[in-house]
Amino acid sequence: MIKVELVKLLRRPRTWISVVLTCALPFVVAVFITVTHLVPPPGQGSAFLSAVLQDGALYPAAALALVLPVFLPVAVAVVAGDSIAGEATGGTLRYLLVRPVGRTRLLVAKLISVIVYVLVVVLAVTFTAYATGVFLLGPSQAAAVGQAPGGGVAGAGGGAVGGGLAGQAPTAGLAAGGAVTSLSGAPLSLLQLTERIAGAIAFITVSMLGVAAIALFLSTITDSALGSALGALAALVASEVLVTLNAATVIQPYLPTRYWLAWIDFFRQPVFWRDIQRGFGIQAAYVVVFLAAAWANFSTKDITA
Amino acid sequence: MIITRALTKRYGAVTAVRSVDLDVREGDRYGLLGPNGSGKTTLVRMLLGLVYATSGEIEVLGRRIPSRAHEVLPQIGALIEEPAAYPHLSGRANLALLDAAGPGGRAARRTRRQRVDEALEQVGLAGVGRRPVKAYSLGMRQRLGLAAALIRRPRLLVLDEPGNGLDPRGIRDLRELLTGLNEAGVTVFLSSHLLAEVEQLCTRVGVLDDGRLVLQDHLTMLRAPTGRIVLETPDADQVAALLDGHVEHRDGQRLLVRCDDAATLNARLVGAGLRVSSIGPQQRTLEEIVLAVTGTGSDQVS
Repeated sequence: MIKVELVKLLRRPRTWISVVLTCALPFVVAVFITVTHLVPPPGQGSAFLSAVLQDGALYPAAALALVLPVFLPVAVAVVAGDSIAGEATGGTLRYLLVRPVGRTRLLVAKLISVIVYVLVVVLAVTFTAYATGVFLLGPSQAAAVGQAPGGGVAGAGGGAVGGGLAGQAPTAGLAAGGAVTSLSGAPLSLLQLTERIAGAIAFITVSMLGVAAIALFLSTITDSALGSALGALAALVASEVLVTLNAATVIQPYLPTRYWLAWIDFFRQPVFWRDIQRGFGIQAAYVVVFLAAAWANFSTKDITA
Repeated sequence: MIITRALTKRYGAVTAVRSVDLDVREGDRYGLLGPNGSGKTTLVRMLLGLVYATSGEIEVLGRRIPSRAHEVLPQIGALIEEPAAYPHLSGRANLALLDAAGPGGRAARRTRRQRVDEALEQVGLAGVGRRPVKAYSLGMRQRLGLAAALIRRPRLLVLDEPGNGLDPRGIRDLRELLTGLNEAGVTVFLSSHLLAEVEQLCTRVGVLDDGRLVLQDHLTMLRAPTGRIVLETPDADQVAALLDGHVEHRDGQRLLVRCDDAATLNARLVGAGLRVSSIGPQQRTLEEIVLAVTGTGSDQVS
């Protein structure tokens, strides 16, 4: 059944169109940066962007930071929101169930195919961004990554400028106030960089599972794929609003987007694990809760579509 | 093959199926009739484990539904309302994918290609090639839906409105296909509101009205002679005078006479020098039978 879901995913034009579009945004950004040589100052704008002029090999990290806040969750919400509701609307759900495919098996297969989809998107962004970065912005000089207060991250070649830049960075970062351990200038070998990008890819994929589980749950409630995708996005927007609201500090550790940017911690020296672990934990909790809710609803539901 | 006892389904305040005792036997070509909204689709969905009954029991191929549905569903081919397929894939790819989703593992995979080809052949889609389903006509989609019901070589076919979207040739092809499969041992259970289709195809019929099974019998029994003779004659007045007391109804040249044997009556009239243009036993059509036992259905709001 999992194989069937993957075939359906990979043979669907929508999958590849969304992958191409998601890869296109970082490419366009890279073209502009190449032409103008203008990047946001460290600590402002999207993470890592300030560093890529010195080192094109860092561009995958910058690209992931570009697509993570909006593109990726939208794509995931659409795919996961469509998973059951789309089959119901198209009429194929009833034919799958009488084949028979167990309802629980179908849900799990859908979730796995969403995970594979996220991996495909993230890997595609990483590889095209690496190619773009190296060809347009220039290859790696001895890479060094720095990190700025407030979660904005700056990196600089050779470490000479890096320390100064990161130190001056204002606090208008992306994350809602992570701990500050300025380690700018520490050089990363290519192997280390690859490892850390792999870690970041894994973390970003897992970060999307919370959205995926919410969208999948909504998908079992309604027969409208649009409704469930938008519902999941509404949940994310609400979470984003609360994450930046000081008055909501009490619930912030439990919000699905609270640790989304913790993947940046993979690029600190040494890796700052606390938020990464919490991020994994909170996503696991969301997956368990919403998958259970989806199962409870779907396994007893009358299929009238 | 299919037995239900006091099967009832309520959706909130609406009762879609009321205490239905369905009895479909091995080898039947069973037609479930009824106006739109009479509960046919809900009943079919309950038989397949898609909709859960409020009360009552269902047994299909000797197994309880829905608790043991997974054991019998592989032996059932189903068409539920409209056919459905992934529009960007070809018909063949759709069938292969659907079959792969089901149980059977390696054994099913080995024979998949052959079974898919066979099913496409059976429904007359063998030459359709790689065209995506979104380019199919309504009739072709219906044929593909039938093929999907046939790929597992089922013992029982459950078809909800199988004639939808088919042109007259398609209807005839469907009838021949189902009759052929039935002769090869497949039990056919279909629901329809097309009476002519059921009349030509089915051996037993059930009639649903407002969720109740108001009639269930062999078609030949339902259509047994009524003990009346229909005759047409240009000498209607004389015939009426001769058969005084036996004529139940007169409509121009057409008379309805209470009598068991058409041949004897014919000889008597001819012996009396009266002309007869047609004579035969009265048989009720399925339409008359169904309309006599059903209400208006849900379309008509009065």
